[in-house]
Amino acid sequence: MQIRAFWRDIRFLQVLAQVVFILFLALAAGFLYANVSANLARQGLTVGYGFITNPASFDIGESYIPYQSSDSYGRAILVGLVNTLVVSALGILLTTIVGSIAGIARLSSNWLISRLAGAYVGVIRNTPLIIQLMFWYFGIILQLPAVKEAVALPGPVYLTQRGIYLPWYEAMPSFDSWRIYVWLALASIVIIWFIFRGIQSRSDLPIPLWWYLAYILAPVLILWVGLLFQPEPPLKVNIPELTGLNFRGGLQLTPEFAALLFGLVVYTGSFIAEIVRAGIQAVSLGQVEAARSLGLTTGQTLQLVIFPQALRVIIPPLTSQYLNLAKNSSLAIAIGYPDLFSIAGTVINQTGAVLEVIVIIMLSYLSMSLFTSLLMNIYNSRVRLVER
Amino acid sequence: MTTIEMQPPRLTVGPFAWLRKNLFSTWYNTALTLAALWLLYALLRPALQWTLTEARWGVIEANLTLFMIGQYPRDQSWRIWLAIYMLGGMIGLSWGVWREAARGFAFIALGAGLGFALISLLLNLDTWINWLIADAVLLVFYASGLILQRRRATTAALGWLLYFPLVFLLIAGMRFIPWLPPVATGLWGGLLLTLMLAIVGNIGALPLGILLALGRRSKLPILRYFSIGYIELIRGVPLVTILFMANLLVPLFLPVDIRPPDAVIRAMIGFILFEAAYQAENVRGGLQSINRGQYEAAQALGLSGALTMTFIILPQALRAVIPALFNSFISLFKDTSLGAIIGLFELLRIGRAVLAQSDWLGTHREVFLFIFIVYWGFNMAFTYGSRRLEEALGVGKR
Repeated sequence: MQIRAFWRDIRFLQVLAQVVFILFLALAAGFLYANVSANLARQGLTVGYGFITNPASFDIGESYIPYQSSDSYGRAILVGLVNTLVVSALGILLTTIVGSIAGIARLSSNWLISRLAGAYVGVIRNTPLIIQLMFWYFGIILQLPAVKEAVALPGPVYLTQRGIYLPWYEAMPSFDSWRIYVWLALASIVIIWFIFRGIQSRSDLPIPLWWYLAYILAPVLILWVGLLFQPEPPLKVNIPELTGLNFRGGLQLTPEFAALLFGLVVYTGSFIAEIVRAGIQAVSLGQVEAARSLGLTTGQTLQLVIFPQALRVIIPPLTSQYLNLAKNSSLAIAIGYPDLFSIAGTVINQTGAVLEVIVIIMLSYLSMSLFTSLLMNIYNSRVRLVER
Repeated sequence: MTTIEMQPPRLTVGPFAWLRKNLFSTWYNTALTLAALWLLYALLRPALQWTLTEARWGVIEANLTLFMIGQYPRDQSWRIWLAIYMLGGMIGLSWGVWREAARGFAFIALGAGLGFALISLLLNLDTWINWLIADAVLLVFYASGLILQRRRATTAALGWLLYFPLVFLLIAGMRFIPWLPPVATGLWGGLLLTLMLAIVGNIGALPLGILLALGRRSKLPILRYFSIGYIELIRGVPLVTILFMANLLVPLFLPVDIRPPDAVIRAMIGFILFEAAYQAENVRGGLQSINRGQYEAAQALGLSGALTMTFIILPQALRAVIPALFNSFISLFKDTSLGAIIGLFELLRIGRAVLAQSDWLGTHREVFLFIFIVYWGFNMAFTYGSRRLEEALGVGKR
């Protein structure tokens, strides 16, 4: 047996390369660590999360959890995180609707509709989001009339430079006793789902489309029965009314929130439109023809042939668009919506705790991204192609 | 024998048939068309009325130079014109030697030159002559490219390789060249800074991206996990936070006695670190598209691993990802507008500064629409050029 020199052995070289790489990383880290501590020492700063319990002493424009300026920095950052989550969740919901409609509209046989959708996608995709946000905020919403001359839309929805006012539901005292019916209605949906799955597993034919109405009818029926047993309605529609110098009642969206939500939805929707269009076009015409020759109706073709295959193509890029929307919500700082990034920026300015706060920001966004991709990956594995 | 009476077939050509087929084929298509027309009318009428009568477009005309080059010294603006002439020359040369591949970009450049000359004439600016010179340079170099045929690819490729560093030097200036005094990056602004950020970010990120892509596909676990970790970390957080970090942390990471680089350089570092993760994923896609046979053939020829990568795999992989690289250029070009948040005077921030001028208060719509159009026009032109290039290269067809 021939003995080779050990430095020509590929296994040795591989180990050597990794050891050298680790040494290089360790040296770089040590160099940076020394520089950071020297710089911090020169500026008289110390590293640590002690500041997190100190009072923040700044106000936040809007918040979904109780907050006042005497609360701690930690609480302020939490307010920002919740604000980011609210705008991202609502944005993802709305942008899916807008994007799907625009994507299907691009495939419409109606020339005008497909051109309009094409123009929307072409203009919005090719310009920066931050400029769109500033245009909606400074150029449109802040230029709306004052409260006294509010633009009234049917609803009634009032558009003013101080925000957008919508009618909203208000829980009445009787809501508590009515709650049991809400739970029953939700339970009925789950039960129907199990029943349908049982039928489906014993039959080769798909469930007729109109059976799916049961998902709507059953809960509505239960809630209606609940209403019969209640002396007064559990919810009341609260309509915004002009009293004095401002609107009262209803739901108020601040100009910042409205501009951010609208901008994010319109921007991401243009990307989702392209994804939806490509997904539908990816299903080959042969599939449709095969379904027809098997005698499936148009509805069955859509339900059993086109959608399942299109979804497979759509889900992965859709996931990255959802992640983009959540990340892009950090542009809120440009129009003054108090999201995680903008509040964290204020905290850095006040405390000088650069490293600590940046770690918090990074971890928050990373865990949001990982959580969203986890959910979408679970869904993706359910619609994935099962090969032989 | 009975004769079968048949209706003459319905008209299938002509404007009326077109209308019926594309707009009014069914009752709901008719309804959709009418609704869309009403929406267009409701939106476009006030928009047009505002554009033609109410809008104060003077704000753009008065600040045009500011929008284009920011605070760049006006007496040094010849350097920017020289960079534009050189660009015209390079595009012309590429057109001459590569023909169809560069034709799209050449047409765009010629059209843009003529268009800008016309606009300059309309606005009574004497810059119209500069744009015509740029077009003339383009045509001269096109002719010389045609003649140069023999050593074509190397000359043009070398030219592009040198072009970007040369332009950077030209615009930044050098301390020891008396006729090229340094211009601090703090004075760069407007469209000039926007373009510089996008170009530096993309070109700087490419080598790093290739290394990361190779690392992610490496058999060595430590290199692989490091690359995966870096790519996923960067892709998981917003660009704004990376820029913010680069702005605040670069000075902290440098030795105490070194003066930290200014905001523009720090932002460029941030853009490069950010873009590298995305380009790594593009390049990885290209690497995955290479057939196993290519590796085996290289091995059979006796090439080492590094030689295989450099001369066989990477050239093919990079060629396959040209469309993706152009797309990421466009997306970084849009993303440079985030520089405004960390205080760079790029196009958007210049816009904010113009809005603060007492003469032009409340012209938000005009200013933002102008910036909007600049970005949109640039991206459309770039998309057109790169699509023609892809068609000529036949990327994705093989």
